[in-house]
Amino acid sequence: MTAAVPLDYPLILAAALFALGLACVIARRNLIFMLLGVEIMLNSAGLAFVTAGARWGQPDGQIMFVFLLAFAAAEAAVALALILRLFSDRKTLDADDGGNAT
Amino acid sequence: MIAFALASAVALASTFMTITRRNAVHALLYFIVSLFSMAVIFLILGAPFAAALEVIVYAGAIMVLFVFVVMMIGAEELRVKPAAWIGPALLGSALFAAIALLVLSGSDGSRAAADVGPKAVGSALFGPYLLGAEVASFILISALVGAFHLGHGGKA
Repeated sequence: MTAAVPLDYPLILAAALFALGLACVIARRNLIFMLLGVEIMLNSAGLAFVTAGARWGQPDGQIMFVFLLAFAAAEAAVALALILRLFSDRKTLDADDGGNAT
Repeated sequence: MIAFALASAVALASTFMTITRRNAVHALLYFIVSLFSMAVIFLILGAPFAAALEVIVYAGAIMVLFVFVVMMIGAEELRVKPAAWIGPALLGSALFAAIALLVLSGSDGSRAAADVGPKAVGSALFGPYLLGAEVASFILISALVGAFHLGHGGKA
């Protein structure tokens, strides 16, 4: 099988997506957007895993992606439940409005 | 190569639009486009099982959770204006062009690597990685219990 796409490019794309997600977590103050940034970073890590698996032609990269998917689902469920609790307590989603949470 | 370039351009553009929207519903729609383009990239990388999981689990389950929470909070304008369709529609049609290129160009030429199919992934997941699968199920059940506890106001 000829490698038409050099495997450097998906890794560069993963780095760019990770940078975008990190910028989202740092710059945005809305808790939903910060969680979305975390999801973007997890997704780019999955892209790096799958690229590494494709480099060796082994299923290990995709298996790490499956684990990462399970972790992302668990993290999203707990974090969204926390966000709902915080919103019902404080009536705001601003991350800078902390300090008086009960 | 053209299909990969198209899909990665769509991924970067839709992720950038995701992190710059004011409205959380618009951001979620753009992020779903980004997940679809990531699935196309997984296909190009020879990982069809990961591509299917990306669409089913990420775009189908986790994003539905996000949309539910955004709607329950109700702090956003939920009505999507007609002009808001233009961006995702353009990105989606670029993605469709990438998939069409991928199908028309045949088995090689646009792929980055040989396919590693679901059979290889499954037999490795429940073979040498069985312990990892069990630990992942522990994580999922503890997340279930934790989300249930938080959702019941901490009284349960």
